[in-house]
Amino acid sequence: MSPLKRIAYFFGLPILLIALWYALSFGSTNFFVPKPIELAQTLWTTWIGERFVDDVLPSLGRLAVGLFFAIGLGIVLGLLIGSTRWLRNLLEPLLEFFRAIPPPVLVPLLMLLIGVNDSMKVAVIISGAIWPVLLNTVEGVRAVDSVLSDSCRSYGIRGFARIRYFVLPAVTPQIMAGVRQSLSIGLILMVISEMFASSSGLGFTIVQFQRNFAIPEMWSGIVVLGLIGLGLAIIFQFVERRVLHWYHGLKEITHDS
Amino acid sequence: MTVSETTMNQPVQPLQPIQAVPMLSVRGLQKIYKVPGGEVEAVRDLTFDLAEGELVCLVGPSGSGKTTLLKCISGLMEQTSGTVELNGSKVTGPPKSMAVVFQEYGRSLFPWMTVRANVELPLKNQKVPKAERAALVDAALKSVGLDHVPKSYPWQLSGGMQQRVAIARAVAYRPQVLLMDEPFAAVDAQTRADLEDLIRTIWKQLGVTILFVTHDIDESVYLGERVIVLSSSPTVVQEDLKIDLPAERDQLNTRALPRFMELRSHVYAEIQRAKLGPVTEQITAQRKASLK
Ligand SMILES: Nc1ncnc2c1ncn2[C@@H]1O[C@H](COP(=O)(O)OP(=O)(O)OP(=O)(O)O)[C@@H](O)[C@H]1O
Ligand SMILES: [Mg+2]
Repeated sequence: MSPLKRIAYFFGLPILLIALWYALSFGSTNFFVPKPIELAQTLWTTWIGERFVDDVLPSLGRLAVGLFFAIGLGIVLGLLIGSTRWLRNLLEPLLEFFRAIPPPVLVPLLMLLIGVNDSMKVAVIISGAIWPVLLNTVEGVRAVDSVLSDSCRSYGIRGFARIRYFVLPAVTPQIMAGVRQSLSIGLILMVISEMFASSSGLGFTIVQFQRNFAIPEMWSGIVVLGLIGLGLAIIFQFVERRVLHWYHGLKEITHDS
Repeated sequence: MTVSETTMNQPVQPLQPIQAVPMLSVRGLQKIYKVPGGEVEAVRDLTFDLAEGELVCLVGPSGSGKTTLLKCISGLMEQTSGTVELNGSKVTGPPKSMAVVFQEYGRSLFPWMTVRANVELPLKNQKVPKAERAALVDAALKSVGLDHVPKSYPWQLSGGMQQRVAIARAVAYRPQVLLMDEPFAAVDAQTRADLEDLIRTIWKQLGVTILFVTHDIDESVYLGERVIVLSSSPTVVQEDLKIDLPAERDQLNTRALPRFMELRSHVYAEIQRAKLGPVTEQITAQRKASLK
């Protein structure tokens, strides 16, 4: 696909939808229905400036720290559990149980344990976003190719070198699939952790707007969240292309033949 | 420490003739797999030696335990009984001086590494200095005729080329013993012929001891200096045959030699006999006896 075509595909539907929205909401007087131009103006006046520094950046910071630890811990623990059979057998049912707990219910608990602060919010993000990465890594390590594994053994590639050159790259496709889920879970938990007993952040501000009937502002907050999600997706794709180019190439070839 | 090291580096018994300790020695090897609901005896009793620098082919019918045997020899799997000795010392895990080329070339190279990185990895892991490593990798890639694709990824190459990468990796590693498990079973006939010649060339260049497993009779006779024929399961050595063909082999002329034909017919007959197995032989013997 040519770059021009790709850009057209990327922006085509959004532009169409905005045009439709514009047409449908043109004569509307409903207070709760936002209009595109109004919303764009509100977006600008509400979020650029002080609020960006006070609310958006701290939220993004906590999200980044939370995701960093969720992904890092998920990979490290996943490699450890996946490559130790007794540990895996011991922990797997327990992990599935923890994964099944909806993370928002941990918010009150973590508030009691850690207090109402940044650490608590980061902990909420970690507690929810770690599972897809962790469980995918465990599953991936279990499924590494036996012939490759034998190759490593016969060439004396053991311990850390085995992890670095064989296991970690081999499970990267599963890890990335987990990371993709973790990103959206992290974003959700970022908002939720700020809705409880908080005085700043995106989640807090959006709830605040809604309570004060500042409906256009509330909508604009939702748009900001959407844009953050989009940003995460773009960064993810960029990284994934780089890290997994071999995987996509391999898949393309095996699908062809 | 230094004292014991120097004593260890000295020849162990200078008076002993060099041939006394075979490079590879398999004694009474047996492997029984435990499977749900019973046991499978893949290999019953295998005994043979490989002298240093020999090129030996191992033929046997499908399912005769060739892969099982190689896995035991290479220390990747524990045998049920019997011993494997490499240079006089017992094999209990994958030995440093051994390299294995697997049948599944598509699954034995790292798809996330370039051809070059694949060949280099075992050396890197052994902390071979960079310059030496580069020289070894270059030489190995050149010897298999792949010095033009070092930056490609394995999956961008054809099957025969991938297997050549796997061979280059083994060659660069400079093993004393090279084990190959039906390495050419999945490549086309022309590539296969080329690869067979490649193996003989490498063998002559490096003086490495090679145990080459195949189910192809012609291949075993063409390649080997010796052919060991395995019986079907439960597996024993059916025959150990010396291949007295000229050292310089050539796909056209060698295969047309009367001696080549004789040897391959002989191995073929042995394999047929092996397939029938000891039980059938007993029955035929009984029948003959009852006819009298
Ligand atoms: N992991 C295993 N568990 C149980 N039985 C096995 C296992 N691996 C092999 N076997 C059995 O052992 C016997 C020998 O298998 P092996 O793969 O060693 O034969 P082979 O000579 O390499 O065959 P082929 O020529 O088809 O590669 C077969 O009957 C097989 O079913
Ligand atoms: Mg086999």
